Amino acid sequence: MGSLLPKLPLDRWIDALVDVMKDSLEGLFDLISAIIGNSVAGLSTGLTALPPWGFIILVTLIAWKISTRSIALFTFAGLFLIDNLGYWQNTMFTLALVLTSALISIILGVPIGILCGKSDKAQNVVTPILDFMQTMPAFVYLIPAVTFFSLGAVPGVIASVIFAMPPTIRLTNLGIRQVPKDLIEAADSFGSTGGQKLIKVQLPMAKPTIMAGINQSIMLSLSMVVIASMIGAKGLGADVYRAVTQLKIGEGFEAGLAIVILAIMLDRLTQHIGKKKESRGRI
Amino acid sequence: MSKIKVEAVTKIFGRQPEKAVELLRQGWSKQKIVEETGMTVGVNQVSFEVQTGEIFVIMGLSGSGKSTLVRLLNRLIEPTSGRILIDGEDIVKMNAEQLRNVRRKKMSMVFQRFALFPHRTVLENVEYGLEVQGVDKQVRREKAKEALALVGLKGWENSYPDQLSGGMQQRVGLARALANDPDVLLMDEAFSALDPLIRKDMQDELLELQETMKKTIIFITHDLDEALKLGDRIALMKDGAIQQIGTPEEILTNPANEYVERFVVDVDMSKVLTAERVMKRAETITLDKGPRVAMQLMRERGVSNLFVVDKKKSLLGVLTVDAVKKAHSEEVSLESVMETEIPTVEPDRILHEMFDLVAFSQFPVAVVGENRRLLGVVVKGAVLSSLAGKTEADFHRQMRVAEGQAREGQPDDRAAAQQGEVTQNG
Repeated sequence: MGSLLPKLPLDRWIDALVDVMKDSLEGLFDLISAIIGNSVAGLSTGLTALPPWGFIILVTLIAWKISTRSIALFTFAGLFLIDNLGYWQNTMFTLALVLTSALISIILGVPIGILCGKSDKAQNVVTPILDFMQTMPAFVYLIPAVTFFSLGAVPGVIASVIFAMPPTIRLTNLGIRQVPKDLIEAADSFGSTGGQKLIKVQLPMAKPTIMAGINQSIMLSLSMVVIASMIGAKGLGADVYRAVTQLKIGEGFEAGLAIVILAIMLDRLTQHIGKKKESRGRI
Repeated sequence: MSKIKVEAVTKIFGRQPEKAVELLRQGWSKQKIVEETGMTVGVNQVSFEVQTGEIFVIMGLSGSGKSTLVRLLNRLIEPTSGRILIDGEDIVKMNAEQLRNVRRKKMSMVFQRFALFPHRTVLENVEYGLEVQGVDKQVRREKAKEALALVGLKGWENSYPDQLSGGMQQRVGLARALANDPDVLLMDEAFSALDPLIRKDMQDELLELQETMKKTIIFITHDLDEALKLGDRIALMKDGAIQQIGTPEEILTNPANEYVERFVVDVDMSKVLTAERVMKRAETITLDKGPRVAMQLMRERGVSNLFVVDKKKSLLGVLTVDAVKKAHSEEVSLESVMETEIPTVEPDRILHEMFDLVAFSQFPVAVVGENRRLLGVVVKGAVLSSLAGKTEADFHRQMRVAEGQAREGQPDDRAAAQQGEVTQNG
């Protein structure tokens, strides 16, 4: 086959594209880098502003308030264990990383999801891009991310966002499309504008589904922390990475356990944010 | 001027709707168009007018295009061709903002599956229409509460729709539609999802509300009984086209084609026919006559009761054979033996509601108009034969022609001529 057609120089095209982008979009990359870098730093400073026990009590109380007692209990015990094992600082940094990428996923993903939900054309364009983002191995875009944003937390966040944003977009889209047709007709028949229909009917109805998408985005961005650590992002991922490369099985387990605790905590809490409010109105 | 005027409105679902419209104009059938072009004719060149304050029922089986048609009226579905005039303005030509204004101010819709917003309270549901208009919160709360009181849901303002029964949910749907105070109500199978008993209550209540509201109502249904009960006029649809438009009675007694005839063959006539329609002429007497005259009259007419009226034909009472005999033998006045406690009904009472009255009364039931003016009487036989339905009616239509010829020159006897023979038969 190769003799019929010369190989497409796809690799060289991509290299050239990356070079051009690096030169021409440098200002933009610097800006993005500054925003992400500052928000990660700010968040991790904020999270460590309270002493560990203060933070533990605060989060436990929040968990108690918005979810069940057993989740609050788990939160308390889990965070206590993390602090006891000596991973507090890195856990907070990882949390800052995850929250930043989750936030970006929501800020970008929800509007894109709404657009897809309202327009078939947008959906047709966006869906293959999402497939690409979710299935392209992360290492492939880690390298250009480093080229554009240099080493550290920023390319880690970018990689997390690429991997973690699709569920938010997909489920927002799904949620908007799943609003029963007769409710849309009702909203239209009373003369709602597109915006009124969105805010008063579609978004409230789609909220549980959107929340499930956001929950997935948070979990996926947490799963990226180890990979992000390979390009210099600090935190629990770096602990795991170092332990693995130095064959320190016990240490690796500890850091891994801290990630699991963080994951379960974030999962249960975000799952309850949408639901609890929903059911509270009913008697 | 009519409130709504629909002119040759067509809806085609498919790739080249204009082409299908052209084919329809050339007389192609819905079936042929679907086979040759793959396009579906939803609504086929429908025209009708609805007057202000009228309940216009569009009825047909599923797939007849009735739900599509009602959605064309407020453009939830865009018509392919035709004109839809509301107060003389063509909805089809309106831009988005004009259309929104019509939907906000002039037309509201009630849905089959209620379509209440589950995340909003009952009150918030009802005020939705006013909310999107930007009406002040205080004002719209007031209006929404009024609308809720109107449908009998006072006190349920802060409940959520899923806490209400089906009937109550549809009351909320109705209140939501009424809160805007629209001229036109579009009701798409509004009561079809309800239990039969609740449905009947809702129908009665709608009619009651309509007495005071005088809205123009377009009511979609697949239930012929419902159509006959609610409709001032009914349009019967099949395959997207209207088969016949007429009053319930016109549709029943004079079906335009075989389809309509098949449709109405099982109708319970007692729910359509009114007292006025089945009454026969009353044999009357005035009080200045004596017992002798009364007995003479009874013999002549072959009846066992005479209705006593005054000069203005107001009903005073009834005389039985025994009473007249008694008056004769004891030489007392007719007035003293006259029975005054007698059952009466209004002329527009439907037969169905008169069964008990007719069955247990020892006299014919008197039909009285204003000031107790005696219009006629309903006897047991008339009720029975009305239940026999259309086949009997056909038979009597022929009888009527013969009778009409025999009674020419007696215009007052029109009602009796129409139904008198039914009585004799029963």
